[in-house]
Amino acid sequence: MKGAKILIESLLKEGVEVIFGYPGGSVIPLFDSLYDSPIKLIVPRHEQAGAHMADGYARSTGKVGVCLATSGPGATNLTTGIATAHMDSVSMVAITGQVKNSLIGNDAFQEADVTGITRSISKHNYLVKDVKDLAYTIKEAFYLASSGRPGPVVIDLPVDVQMQDAKFDYFDKIEIRSYRPSHFGHAGQIKKILKLIYSAKKPVLITGGGIIISGANQELLRFAEKTNIPVTTTFMGLGGFPSTHKLALGMPGMHGTVYANMAITESDLLISVGSRFDDRVTGKLSEFAPKAKIVHIDIDPTSISKNINVDIPVVGDAKTVLEQLIEELDESKLSNLDSWHKNIETWKKKNPLKYSQEKTGKIKPQYVIEEIYNQTKGGAIIVTEVGQHQMWAAQFYKYDYPRSFLSSGGLGTMGYGFPAAIGAKIANSNKEVIVIAGDGSIQMNIQELATLSAYNVNIKIIILNNNYLGMVRQWQELFYDRRYSGTPLKNPDFVKVAEGYGIKGIRVKKPSDVKSAVKEILSSKKPVLADFWIEEEENVFPMVPAGEAINRMIGGMA
Amino acid sequence: MKHTIQALVENKFGVLARVASLFSARGYNISSLAVGETQDPTISCMTIVVSAEDERILEQIKKQLHKLIDVITVIDFTRRDHIDRELLLAKVVKTKESKATIDKLIKAYDLKLTEETGGYCIIEVSAEHHKIKEVLQSLKKFELKELVRTGRIAISK
Repeated sequence: MKGAKILIESLLKEGVEVIFGYPGGSVIPLFDSLYDSPIKLIVPRHEQAGAHMADGYARSTGKVGVCLATSGPGATNLTTGIATAHMDSVSMVAITGQVKNSLIGNDAFQEADVTGITRSISKHNYLVKDVKDLAYTIKEAFYLASSGRPGPVVIDLPVDVQMQDAKFDYFDKIEIRSYRPSHFGHAGQIKKILKLIYSAKKPVLITGGGIIISGANQELLRFAEKTNIPVTTTFMGLGGFPSTHKLALGMPGMHGTVYANMAITESDLLISVGSRFDDRVTGKLSEFAPKAKIVHIDIDPTSISKNINVDIPVVGDAKTVLEQLIEELDESKLSNLDSWHKNIETWKKKNPLKYSQEKTGKIKPQYVIEEIYNQTKGGAIIVTEVGQHQMWAAQFYKYDYPRSFLSSGGLGTMGYGFPAAIGAKIANSNKEVIVIAGDGSIQMNIQELATLSAYNVNIKIIILNNNYLGMVRQWQELFYDRRYSGTPLKNPDFVKVAEGYGIKGIRVKKPSDVKSAVKEILSSKKPVLADFWIEEEENVFPMVPAGEAINRMIGGMA
Repeated sequence: MKHTIQALVENKFGVLARVASLFSARGYNISSLAVGETQDPTISCMTIVVSAEDERILEQIKKQLHKLIDVITVIDFTRRDHIDRELLLAKVVKTKESKATIDKLIKAYDLKLTEETGGYCIIEVSAEHHKIKEVLQSLKKFELKELVRTGRIAISK
């Protein structure tokens, strides 16, 4: 069997249904094999978008997303998507064509050192020099991409290997002597955690993307309800714990809620599950949770004690460790947390997330998000680009289900959301998929309107258009004396752009039109791009200035 | 402070680059790095010497090393009982005048005279770091045509 066919057969064995791939000289044999295969091929208009589509597919399903590009420029275009997936621990296999073996290292036409380039932005990578290694490599790549702390794995495949013959044997099991992720938390540590829980008066759970990745949302809910511990959900963890639950504190950190940040600052026990204490969450490290004993549960040992010193480290899978904790928990030993909850209730009442639509003639972006929430009742998959709109989408839509909020957290990739939404919709045809974008971000991959049109992918694009790179403008306003260097945008007519690609576009300028516009957008059976002209200098509040302690927030404090 | 770290890794191409780039990505300069096959041809042993002031960053690097798929084990020899060696080869110009002093040096440090021709000799020394340093100091007296050193290798006692 030819290498190209071995690759396709291996992908089928792995259960791959869709590939996001862009053709090129070094992958012609692969595309030729795809031609007769049952795998659905989605051709983006830029390889970067293809990688984000695979990412959106993976994040919304928990399956491995697969993208494919040719050698050289095709592969380098994938890199932003690979790095994005790496930062957010997304299961992805990226396949790149490579020039033929004899030319590698010769600066051949369309050659790039892909394993070198992707070394620091992937979980692992391979250059397959011999067709005999191909099937095993693919099996191993899928295993690595989806196990332990997931991540993108790159397979660089020379074009001559794609054409060589080998016997096709697929493997049932993978044995890697140096890679054995531990799932169970150390029993002694579990006991220590419970001891701390029994004596804690002001405990807080801080839960992250690990909850969603390991499918631990039910266990988290049970654990929180049994222990009565309030739960903050990081940006990556949104949807891992129901936002509407009475124990929910919302998001902590730079644009988190006042009450989440106050609770963390005052807590005497902070239990982090599947969250890596990102600097956007902790703020000034020396003043983060200063009174708390800190427990850190994470499958990746490198995440533990990276930023903050931890009292009880537990290496293990979030779901498994929570199950262990629930199993061992003795509810009769729990302290009464009434006064702690009363405290939190006061912070909540005094400092809710707020904005005011009334007095202004311009649309407030938060209002648009709230209206989308009201009309979808939280049942949509919200995908965002990066910037102010991303934070408003995190703050004002309520996420009750895992995998209902997809966004580039770690790398903060503008251009992520729109293609990721296409990937998510292809995987979830029965769900409403809505992209919340800024006028800056949407233009990073706006050419994908062509892909949307070509495959008739029914997603809804909401542009919160303020004619600025809004988040940078906000920082310039607050910290650079309103010197708006590089941030005002001269935008195209987005409605005409959409129409140019054969997609319906609408423009909304008045607050009084928002409700009906959202209704119109959601009821459409076809994709719609909606350009909302919002208040230009609206800011995201509350906000912790970079490097400041998280309880010293600006805007939003009573 | 200098740290000697040993990593047993899969004997595959690209592994050295992965390991080295872990250090360089954090702005750490590797003082020396020695790689060789072990008794198992599928496993290579890397001995890495690195100066690190911040022990927390070093701890992180060790964890990151361990996280690499091709790395089997990581051992920090810094606080372990171990033996380490470096190899130095020096091509020293030999004249009538210098011959006696060279012979004296060879005797004093138990060096090996590997090659001797009319104009120069090659001195070989395999020793631990501080002895290598002393020999280097003594060699300054002579005219050196060439000098090469390996990285450190280490083995636990």
